[in-house]
Amino acid sequence: MRIIAPERISDAVARLFIDANVRLPPDIRAAVGRALENEPWRPARRVLETIDENADEAEARGIPICQDTGMACVFLEIGYDAHIGGDVYEAVNSGVARGCAEGYLRASIVRDPLRRENTGDNTPAAVYIELVPGDNIKITVAPKGFGSENMSRVKMLRPSDGARGVIDFVVSAVEDAGGSACPPVVVGVGVGGSFDKAALLAKRALLRPLDEPNPDPYYAELECELLEKLNALGTGPMGFGGKTTALGVSVLSAPTHIAGLPAAVNISCHVTRHATEIV
Amino acid sequence: MNREFAVKLPIKLPIIREDLASLRAGDGVLLSGVLYTARDAAHMRLCELLDSGEPLPFELRGAAIYYAGPTPPPPGFVVGSAGPTTSSRMDFAAPRLIRRGLSCMIGKGARSAEVVEAMKECGAVYLAAVGGAGALLGGRVLRSELVAFPELGTEAVRRLTVSDFPATVAIDSLGGDIYSEGRAEYLRSIK
Repeated sequence: MRIIAPERISDAVARLFIDANVRLPPDIRAAVGRALENEPWRPARRVLETIDENADEAEARGIPICQDTGMACVFLEIGYDAHIGGDVYEAVNSGVARGCAEGYLRASIVRDPLRRENTGDNTPAAVYIELVPGDNIKITVAPKGFGSENMSRVKMLRPSDGARGVIDFVVSAVEDAGGSACPPVVVGVGVGGSFDKAALLAKRALLRPLDEPNPDPYYAELECELLEKLNALGTGPMGFGGKTTALGVSVLSAPTHIAGLPAAVNISCHVTRHATEIV
Repeated sequence: MNREFAVKLPIKLPIIREDLASLRAGDGVLLSGVLYTARDAAHMRLCELLDSGEPLPFELRGAAIYYAGPTPPPPGFVVGSAGPTTSSRMDFAAPRLIRRGLSCMIGKGARSAEVVEAMKECGAVYLAAVGGAGALLGGRVLRSELVAFPELGTEAVRRLTVSDFPATVAIDSLGGDIYSEGRAEYLRSIK
């Protein structure tokens, strides 16, 4: 058994929260670059050029890419043989608070959804813990902006709706999101599980780099079909029209009940951020 | 819609509505002058002030409101990241502010029929800045002063002085709307 001090988790979370907010991952940058080469519509090109220029400027000046520095979604994969000498949730939240202060990030969290008092330090984070083999802890921080989060959906489809039903559901969610979700979007889809599980799968799907194909050929093909359909919508960057509505689609599936086909779509903007470290 | 698209028309703010009349959805503009930031919580406060007949914290006539909540400035910076937020959340208050003199709104995403109606009636325009381009847009802010509601933190009203702040005319004073027409025109162009 390996003992890991909670401070090591806090330090990593603080670093990752800042890093994710300032540096756009290379897979997203490459996808924007490719989109720019293929985008024929002029208002759309102007948006893509600005997105590209913005990523350079954020990194060069150490300023967040987007002012919505997000709700901190923190995914921990904890090895069975790792022992944390303290409260893991407290460790994560102190890292988020420090990252928020040291990185000059925005305090975007309210303590209560109806009474809406800002907590002032972007805590608490949404923490998801999974137990895995080994004695390490893999920490991923994915700050999630709410312009796109607000356009996300869960729907309980019927088993007979099948893949067609899932495709129609995803396409209509992105179509309805229009320019509000900051397209070009990255789309995470969760199918199967239960009502709640599907939504978490959709969020986890967003963590997969765009240049990494789905390991299951059936879902890899479904992702290609979805991406093609989304880019045929014509919504375009910022909703100004154009070929580039989505940069990528990622699907995760899970076993489900004989009576159900839960489906969730988690829409993410072109600033789809995540940073990972192994402690 | 204006098919020239790429033009970057310089606009000085504040601005009287007559000077906005020639703008068409799809035009590119570069803003210089004064913007007031206000988002959800500040709009609720502005409505409360109007309800109770109290004066607003800034002159609405000819003003431009920017739907934005910047990140705090690191030492040596005027503001941090300062891109637009989703405008539709401010639709509940916009018609009222437009009818009281607001000329210009800057945000992202489509607006309600009520907002567009008020804009046409009064000659206001709605501009879209690139969502998620906060680092670049924040870099175009020369000055930032707190105007009202400091307790709202990032949601407080600030007077920003900007220079060459890039935006696109999303809805013009005749109701021309890039969110419906841009998509339709693009789809026609690839047929």
